[in-house]
Amino acid sequence: MRIITEAVAGSLESSDLLVKVSPSRDKTLEIYVTSDVIEQFGTQIRHVVDDTLKRLAVTDGLIVIEDKGALDYAIRARVQTAVLRGAACKELNWEQLS
Amino acid sequence: MKLRRSMLFLPGSKAAMLSTAFVYKPDCVMFDLEDAVSLREKDSARLMVFHILRTDAYKGIETVVRINPLNTPYGLKDLEAAIRAGADAVRLPKTDCANDIHELDAEVARIEMECGCPIGRTKLLAAIESASGVINAVSIATASKRMIGIALAGFDYVIDMQSQRGDGAKPELFYARCAVLHAARAAGIDAFDVVYSDINDDAGFLKEVELIRHLGFNGKSLIHPRQIELLHNAYAPTEKEVSYSRRVIEAAAKAEKEGVGVIALDGKMIDAPIVSQAQRVLQRAEASGIRR
Repeated sequence: MRIITEAVAGSLESSDLLVKVSPSRDKTLEIYVTSDVIEQFGTQIRHVVDDTLKRLAVTDGLIVIEDKGALDYAIRARVQTAVLRGAACKELNWEQLS
Repeated sequence: MKLRRSMLFLPGSKAAMLSTAFVYKPDCVMFDLEDAVSLREKDSARLMVFHILRTDAYKGIETVVRINPLNTPYGLKDLEAAIRAGADAVRLPKTDCANDIHELDAEVARIEMECGCPIGRTKLLAAIESASGVINAVSIATASKRMIGIALAGFDYVIDMQSQRGDGAKPELFYARCAVLHAARAAGIDAFDVVYSDINDDAGFLKEVELIRHLGFNGKSLIHPRQIELLHNAYAPTEKEVSYSRRVIEAAAKAEKEGVGVIALDGKMIDAPIVSQAQRVLQRAEASGIRR
């Protein structure tokens, strides 16, 4: 799935996260994560983000995440939403999203 | 018998609420993809609900998803998300006639088949929000074997009736409540009363709960967790009711053991409906304790 336009999902409320995606100029995948709980859960957050992007077959794009203590399910949902918006994808592939 | 006293509304787009509301232990939680979610957040809320349902966060609590109507661009996608994530039930808003349920039933069956889940697993609830819905309540309640309940939604209904919502004691919902309740009972399913929107008015809330409990509603839709304990306590039986119910069950058990057909307690005949009512009282006591 290709990120073709800038898109945002989520919020900066507690227990949520804000995900911004934009196209990559040099066709690479760059992921930046900041979090209030990066010391405690940084590895887990990054694992969920990576896995979600992999399932969506996102190979290039700029992904910027500001986490406010979101649980795994919310990270997955917000990343998927931002990517689907950024890819202008209207059809949902539930196997990819599961 | 499943207890459905409280059905807590949770906006599908609110991470903080989705992540924590299970601690309040409602009987049912209703993830809302309809009115509580703005048009531009429909996609995000749908995925939030899809993923929270796939966790064990709400284990032990009945999960319901309020989808958007099927004639909107969102309804079918909401339905896919709910069924594929394993929601216990789907709540259809603005149900006006039995055909609305027939259409939903067919789509649910198709999705269940496509995703390989047992046909018939997903249950249905209909929200009645118009004069037409109230008039057609019986045919709606009996429209599908999947139906487990019908709920009256007060705000849209009073607008349709050119009336306005009162404080819970006013008569603007009287006919609709009775019609919906009778339809539910005739169909053998549950009935849910409207939300009480003033979350700081405990007295008004409890007044309304007392009314609907006496009418016979199974429970009520709720918009704030603090209303759960108030509602459960109001639905809890009194000590006197529990004591009597225990004696009824004991007398019924004794009669059965002795092969006696007719049961008497304190000089009064006890029949099957009274035994069933006693079982319901003890079940509520087990769930809520004794009314304080």
